[in-house]
Formats: sequence, structure tokens, C-alpha cells
Amino acid sequence: MGTTSDKKWEPKIVAFLCNWCSYAGADLAGVSRFQYPPNIRIIRLPCSGRVSANMILDALRSGADGVLVSGCHPGDCHYISGNLFARRRFALLTNLLEFVGIEPGRVNFSWISASEAEQFAQVVKEVTETVRKLGPSTRLVKRIG
Amino acid sequence: MSTLNEKITEEIRSQAERLLSSGEVAAFLGYEAGSLPMTARPFVARKPEDVSRLVWNSFCVLNLSNYLPSLLKSFEPQRRPGEPPPEGPLPKVGVIATGCWSRNIVVQIKENQVDRERVVIVGIPSRGMVSSRKVKDLVNNREILKVIEEDHNLKVSGSDFDQEINRWDVVRDNCLTCVHPDPVIYDILIGNPSGERQVSDRFEQVNDIEAKTHEERWEWFTEAFSACVRCYACRNVCPLCYCPTCFVDDSRPQWVGKSTDQTDTLLFHILRAYHCAGRCTDCGSCESACPVGIPMRLLTKKLNKDVLEMYQSEAGMSLDEPLPLTTYNPADPQGFVLTERSEKGGGKS
Repeated sequence: MGTTSDKKWEPKIVAFLCNWCSYAGADLAGVSRFQYPPNIRIIRLPCSGRVSANMILDALRSGADGVLVSGCHPGDCHYISGNLFARRRFALLTNLLEFVGIEPGRVNFSWISASEAEQFAQVVKEVTETVRKLGPSTRLVKRIG
Repeated sequence: MSTLNEKITEEIRSQAERLLSSGEVAAFLGYEAGSLPMTARPFVARKPEDVSRLVWNSFCVLNLSNYLPSLLKSFEPQRRPGEPPPEGPLPKVGVIATGCWSRNIVVQIKENQVDRERVVIVGIPSRGMVSSRKVKDLVNNREILKVIEEDHNLKVSGSDFDQEINRWDVVRDNCLTCVHPDPVIYDILIGNPSGERQVSDRFEQVNDIEAKTHEERWEWFTEAFSACVRCYACRNVCPLCYCPTCFVDDSRPQWVGKSTDQTDTLLFHILRAYHCAGRCTDCGSCESACPVGIPMRLLTKKLNKDVLEMYQSEAGMSLDEPLPLTTYNPADPQGFVLTERSEKGGGKS
């Protein structure tokens, strides 16, 4: 982990993408040669409903500067309603994290379908810029030693 | 002239004796006097002779519904996983419930932890429980040897002082902002329901913190929670925490470190509160049990506020309504989602 003054510092962003929409959207962005910042590390999950608060907080604890969770648009879930249940959990989690003082913009959510490659590239750019402005994550990062 | 609490104690004893001696219940869950002033401990009466130990006072701060699932299970014959439950009725358990405790029982019934048929709920409209920490602060932390409770006053005395305290001045914060003091479900009611309480703003403490900047909130959070010794008393007294293996005890994957490192402690408190989302009734047991006075209730209160505002739901108010996180509405607010922001004008959900 560097500091903001360190020119080499690049934000590390963990992206949890659902297999059916957002991951396919990311795939399409790649196939279509859309440019987007290489700061995200993608983790593929079956559904945004699979994402638990543990995973998001574990990413932050392990030193991720930002987290992006992305799933299908409401109504388009492969499992009918996984993202609708998830939406309630995410809304509460993001509010709770802001309540305890995690900077708004560290943890982000989006709905991206398999055909929205351009939107995917756009969201990644937006998230990377937001996190870059916030600087390296310090809150909730566990430092060993 | 006996006090209100003495009358309630009498009533509890006679109901418990009737239930136990008629064989309607196999055990009755209530309180007995603790060994120190301002303490009351949960007590299971199993014989009619035990009922004389039952008491009721303003120091019954631990939520009795916490003990209900395990007590009910103790009366079931042992069976292997997947084996069907035995046929025929199983023994019942009697339990005392105030407003928040009864709402926790409703949550437990909805989560299949408690069988409504097997509990006899003795409802008591709550007058608010007293925070022993507040009393100690009022007498400048001198050692309290005796506390006599009257209807509206507490007579506190130690070796070198006698002080009379207005009960309402030392009632716990969660009771001060409680709007549902009456039990929502009961089989027997002791006393008269007091109706919905009017509170000017029950989320005032939460709003005060929300009004701060994120730097101030982080400072508040780290400072208020750094004293935590990870004793897990808040988890153990919580009637919502019945998982056979808690996330803090998981080792593969280990979601939360087991040390008192600041990050581990803060993560524990975030996740503990988050697991209570949409289920917490703000009974205040967690804060009452905390040995170092951490205001962890504010986190669950914040979640309660969001659940009420976004999903118009309050935990345990009815048996029919599904728990807010086990259901959804296609029109749920989603202003926090990046791709929905431009259309919705960027507002926070």
C-alpha cells in the first residue's frame, strides 16, 4: 500500500460480478475492445444475491481501496428475485457503513446487463475515479505487524 | 401499601404456580433477585415451590426470549438431524414478556425457533427498565449497597450516603425512546396496557450522528467502540443470535479476526449489528450486558430506522408480515445504485 503522494499508487478495486449479467457485460466490454481502467479485480459469483456483507468487508479488511458489486437489473435476475433480496441488504449495508464513517464511494453497487458493455466500462471508470480521489483506504484495513 | 412491582411480582408468582401445578407448563421462565443490588437474573422455575423466588423490578434488563429456544429444545427428546419430531404434544414453557421481548418472540416464531403452541406468554406492559450504569454515575460511582425501589423513586444507599433518585432519570435510553411498551402477543396479561407511547423523536441519537461528516463519524465510531474486550456478551444476550456457529467463531473462512485489534473489533460490531437488521426490537440487552459500556445499540437503531423508512417495517409487530429481509418490493428504493443515480437525481436511498 502506498500513499497519495506516491505516484505509483493505483487504486485496487474488488468487483463482485454476477455470472449472468455483469460478468457477461464485462466479457462483452473486453470482446468489444472498450477501454476501461485496469484497476478492478473481478470475482465471479452466481448472483448478486450471493454477495454477503462478510465478503465486502473482507475485501476492505484485506486492503482493497474500493469495492464494486454488480448484478442484473431488477426483474432480469436469472434466479428471478436474487438481486431484489440483495438490493434490500445492500441498501442497509451501505447506509450502515456510511453511518460508521466509511467514506461514501468506497463501496459501490450497480446493475449492468450482459449487453451493457459500454455501461460497464463507464461504471468502472466512475468507480476508479471516485476511489482515486478518496485515496488509499485506511479505515477497516487490517494491518499485520 | 405495596408498590406496583410488588403487585406484579405477586401476580407473576400466582400465575406461575397455577401453570406449574396444573401441569400446563413444564417450566416457567422469569427473574429472580440477583446477589448484588440492581441486578436480577433469569430464572427457570420447574416446580411450584420455586415460584416464591420469582421477582419483578426495574432491573430485569436481560431479554428473556433469549433463553426460550434452548429451554424449549431441552424438553424435546434427542433426535438425529433429519429425523422427524416426535408425535404428540411436547411440554410447554411459560415466559414473561414485555413489549420488546414479546416482539422478539414473534421474530423467533417467524424464524421457526419457537413454536407458538408450546409457549404460554405472560404479558406485562413495560414501564421501562433502569440502567444501573446511569444510577452509578448519579452517585459518583460510590459503592451502592442497597437500592429500594418505589413506584417513581429509587432509594439508593451506600456506607456513607443516602440518595433518592427519580426513576425516570435513570431509565435506559432504549426505554426512553420506546413506542411499543405493551406486549404484542400474550396469553395472560398482568396489569393494564399503557398504549402506544408518544416520543418526540425516537431516532434522535441516530440523527445526531448522521448529521456529522464521515470523518467525525469515523472518529466517533473508533472511539466509542475501541474499549470493546470482545467478550461477546452482547451477542450472547441477544435473542436474535442463535446460530450454532457464529460468524466470529468461523475459522475457515475467518471473516473476523479474534484479536482486540481495532479493525477486528469494529468489523465484529458492524457485522453483529448488520445480522440484526430488520429483526432487532431495540430491547437494549446488548448495552445492558456490556461490561465496558459500548453504545452498540446505536448501530442496530440506525438499521431499525432505515428498515422503517425504506421498507415500512418494524420487527415483530405482527405474526403475518414477513421479515423485511426475507421479502422484497419491486419498487424498493435504489438511489444508492450507481446506474440508477442519473435517473433518480442522485439522492441517497
